[in-house]
Amino acid sequence: MKELPLWQGEQVDLAALIGQSPGIMAEPTQKPLSLQDMILRLHAFWSEQGCLILQPYDMRMGAGTFHTATTLRALGPEPWNAAFVQPCRRPTDGRYGENPNRLQHYYQYQVILKPSPENLQELYLQSLVEIGIDPLVHDIRFVEDDWESPTLGAWGLGWEVWCDGMEVTQFTYFQQMGGFDCKPVAGELTYGLERLAMYIQGVDNVYDLAFNNHGVTYGDVFLENEKQMSKWNFEVADTDSLFEGFRRAEAECVRSLEAGVPIAAYEQAIEASHLFNLLQARGVISVQERASYMGRVRDLARGSCEKFMEKNADQWAAKYPEWSK
Amino acid sequence: MTDFLLELRSEEIPARMQAGARADLEKLFRKALDAAGLKAGEVTVWSTPRRLALIARDLPRATEAVSEETKGPKTSAPEQALEGFLRKTGLTKDQLTERDGVWFAVTEKPGRATKDVLAEAIPAIIRAFPWPKSQRWGAASLSTESLRWVRPLSGIVAILGEDLVECEIGGVKSGYATRGHRFHCPGEITIGSAHDYAEKLRACHVIVDHVEREALVRDKAKAAAEVVGLVLVEDEGLVIENAGLTEWPVPLLGRFDEAFLDVPPEVIQLTARVNQKYFICRDAGGKLANAFVCTANIEAKDGGAAIVDGNRKVLAARLSDARFFWEQDKKKPLSVHAEKLGRITFHEKLGTVADKVERVAKLARWLVEEGIVKPEISNIRHSREGGNSASATPDWTPAFAGVTKEELADQAELAARLCKADLVTEMVGEFPELQGLMGGYYARAEGLPDAVADAIRDHYKPVGQGDDVPTAPVTVAVALADKLDTLGAFFSIDEKPTGSKDPFALRRAAIAVLALLQANGIRISVVRVVAVLVFAGMVFPQRSANATSMAQFLDKWRDTVLSLRPSGIIEFFDDFRKKSVEGNRSNEVLIGMFESFIRACQELPTFLADRLKVQQREAGVRHDLIDAVFALGGEDDLVRLLARVHALQAFVGTEDGTNLLAGYKRAANILKKEGFTANPNAGSEGEGIVPPTGEEDPLAMVDDPALKGVAAQFSHPEQNYVREPAEQALVDALAVAAPQAQDAVAAEDFAGAMAALATLRGPIDAFFESVIVNDADANKRASRLALLDQFRAAVHKVADFSRIEG
Repeated sequence: MKELPLWQGEQVDLAALIGQSPGIMAEPTQKPLSLQDMILRLHAFWSEQGCLILQPYDMRMGAGTFHTATTLRALGPEPWNAAFVQPCRRPTDGRYGENPNRLQHYYQYQVILKPSPENLQELYLQSLVEIGIDPLVHDIRFVEDDWESPTLGAWGLGWEVWCDGMEVTQFTYFQQMGGFDCKPVAGELTYGLERLAMYIQGVDNVYDLAFNNHGVTYGDVFLENEKQMSKWNFEVADTDSLFEGFRRAEAECVRSLEAGVPIAAYEQAIEASHLFNLLQARGVISVQERASYMGRVRDLARGSCEKFMEKNADQWAAKYPEWSK
Repeated sequence: MTDFLLELRSEEIPARMQAGARADLEKLFRKALDAAGLKAGEVTVWSTPRRLALIARDLPRATEAVSEETKGPKTSAPEQALEGFLRKTGLTKDQLTERDGVWFAVTEKPGRATKDVLAEAIPAIIRAFPWPKSQRWGAASLSTESLRWVRPLSGIVAILGEDLVECEIGGVKSGYATRGHRFHCPGEITIGSAHDYAEKLRACHVIVDHVEREALVRDKAKAAAEVVGLVLVEDEGLVIENAGLTEWPVPLLGRFDEAFLDVPPEVIQLTARVNQKYFICRDAGGKLANAFVCTANIEAKDGGAAIVDGNRKVLAARLSDARFFWEQDKKKPLSVHAEKLGRITFHEKLGTVADKVERVAKLARWLVEEGIVKPEISNIRHSREGGNSASATPDWTPAFAGVTKEELADQAELAARLCKADLVTEMVGEFPELQGLMGGYYARAEGLPDAVADAIRDHYKPVGQGDDVPTAPVTVAVALADKLDTLGAFFSIDEKPTGSKDPFALRRAAIAVLALLQANGIRISVVRVVAVLVFAGMVFPQRSANATSMAQFLDKWRDTVLSLRPSGIIEFFDDFRKKSVEGNRSNEVLIGMFESFIRACQELPTFLADRLKVQQREAGVRHDLIDAVFALGGEDDLVRLLARVHALQAFVGTEDGTNLLAGYKRAANILKKEGFTANPNAGSEGEGIVPPTGEEDPLAMVDDPALKGVAAQFSHPEQNYVREPAEQALVDALAVAAPQAQDAVAAEDFAGAMAALATLRGPIDAFFESVIVNDADANKRASRLALLDQFRAAVHKVADFSRIEG
């Protein structure tokens, strides 16, 4: 893999940025960014910082962290810098399109930087300025919030970033992934895109968000999906085939691990995890069973990470003697 | 003499860790100075979210020169010893000094520059810093050995006087430069010395002294409320947290939609406090107002309008969630919510929460029906305190007058059946800390009687020491039943606290039970409570394949067993355990079940007694007196135990008590020396054992400890000599005092029992004065030993005096 440029030690002059009120802040009359323009701004910004701009992973998943660009790439010594939008599915959060703040399908903007650059906080704050948040008008705060995903055998320290009391980003320094120490540590930023857009546009209902600058709203695009998918998640989905799917994914994961294709195995772990979430939404997993299902998903994810490490270990150790110590 | 400044700058330190970090920094710094022989004078430590700072005043420029003397071998010692000593010290023989025939090596240590000491100490302090959680970061984290800090460490300022203390750790070099406020002054600023540090930061929108920031938050939040005629609800925890989240705190008042005030105030307060770290306000009349105070970290360009508006929206979203929960939950009565409790596991071996509720309901009813919790239980308290129900009635009217036992039993059972229902409501799902409280609100909203709603609200009480102990009868019945069930159930499956491990908080439950019993003067037999729980379905619903037939079986025996005394109850269970083992009816499930009942019956009273012991010790009662009463065993009525301890304490303080104790010790020593076996049951309470079959068993009568003394008299060697006067006097005194003491104990007149014992003091003193126990005549000897044994037995009716010290 080609090494990407790093910015260690290079300080961003935020003072100058704020002083100049760059971007849209310079033009108070300009309309706030639409959802898609906000994404484009973030892409442009992180691209300029040397990130790969990836596309979403083509599978249903509960969080951007599941993307192989985050989970698997957080392992191993090689530098990795990527940004992407990931659609997330949280079946139990479905509200049939009736709640202005809750969706069963929404977008996360993920940035993963390995090793974590020294000026990660400054870069992040600069990205907020880029999308129109002036930190001398809005109160930006880093509030302790450590992250842990038992399913991925992962944890990290960091903050939830508040903008005027609203959590807009999860900011994490990964310490472990799949049960392995992160060497080196990756910094992960997860922006809640709808929330941020609602904030920037001053909109109280997610369905009123301007998707573009030509009159199309978020509701035009997704309201019907939310209605139908909520119904499917909670009422329609065939539980027998979900259970069957879970078992198949589990078996396929194990088979793939044996065949030495951990990336394929990991995809099955993602699949099992989402099927488990659907079964939860259908209310067919009892409290007692819940822990056992979660344990099974964890084993798949961990097994995949383990195999991924194993497969690459020699090559990494040869290139980064420090790493194998 | 000069001052030293250390600043450790990092990314945002969690607010909750800052106080500990300040203390640790000072401790580590002082330790490092001590180790170098430097005296630390005044040390000040400050923190902000982005820095820990320490200023040490009046440090010497260098450590003092010291001469260290090391003792070597004697001058007369073999040559090898001296050689070894020279090697060790690196000196030659002519450099040693000799004193009193011993070689000494004297090394002169020159003073070290303080700057050098500090340059070494700073990296060591950073490396040893005990953060509750720490992390690695950056390129260096390729190795797991890389530096750990609470969040990435970004800068070190270390200045002694005006000189830089040069050091480096984890790629961070010390320097004069730091940074000001993240947004107001993000560039570098140069610090000259400890003297200009705080003021330079202040000029860059950082108030480095956390105490000053706390005062700012406190005063300005209060003032913000006052401006609009409201009163801030003071909250020191929030003050400290907000000061720990800001370098330049700016409290701002905002309003939320008045319509949200329909939601219970506790919910609003919790939402604002826990999720958003806002203060709340009351109006002049003390009612919750539709206002909040948030604390910003900037002097906003627009005066904070955007910040207030943003925070208002976030709070509104949270409050509308809360209101949604509140309204959803109220759509169904608690009894319908309670149906869902069958889906929640209480413990894998103990069934669901619904199973637990069933037991608690039955126990709560029983507590009332048995007269253990009485309708008039707390008349006095209530009228004195002028509680809710007393406000409309004159002081002398019992608050619960007019409630019959049957009504109270119904209310207790109803409250118990509903007390856990709020656990499955949306609101408690979101805010678990509102359990109980929300149940109370929902109960009132559906029109249940206040006594029931109060009981649902307060049945978790008392939670920890210093919490209010319920006194309203319905609440007392449910609170007691809930905790006793938890204790009985976990003991039955052998999940007892061990050492520091108490995963089910059983010690806390036990302390709460004791508090409830004491505050309400309630008498209870723990064994009977366990029996009630057994018949309410403890243990068997989940485990037994034939739960229904088990229930029928137990149902048949319920009334019989519950009419037994504690020891009889244990016998009953044990009898069935034996039958389960024997013959073709041997049944593992049944054996296990009866064993678990017996375990709970036997171990729970001891556990509660132990907690009582701890509690009494903490209250200053002599531990030996507690032991003396507790050693008798067989007592599961804690109030009675306590009464005995108190009576004994009063008695041993008197002259009679002291002398009787001396006489007792003498008698006990003689008996021990003579190998006279103690009567094992001599002191026990003497609970009659009713055979579980209902048949009279003559042998059981002989085993009855109450009759032991009588039986013993008959079994002693025939007295065939003329007693000496003092001997006869003791026999006579015992004949009166022993039954008197026993009767008094039975009547729970412990002071009376002590008085009866006191009459033995003169006779026992006189006996030892003039009678020789160890007579050559074996007959006399045996008879006198038996007499002393009777004396000891009589004393043991009241307490095991051998445990008393002095």
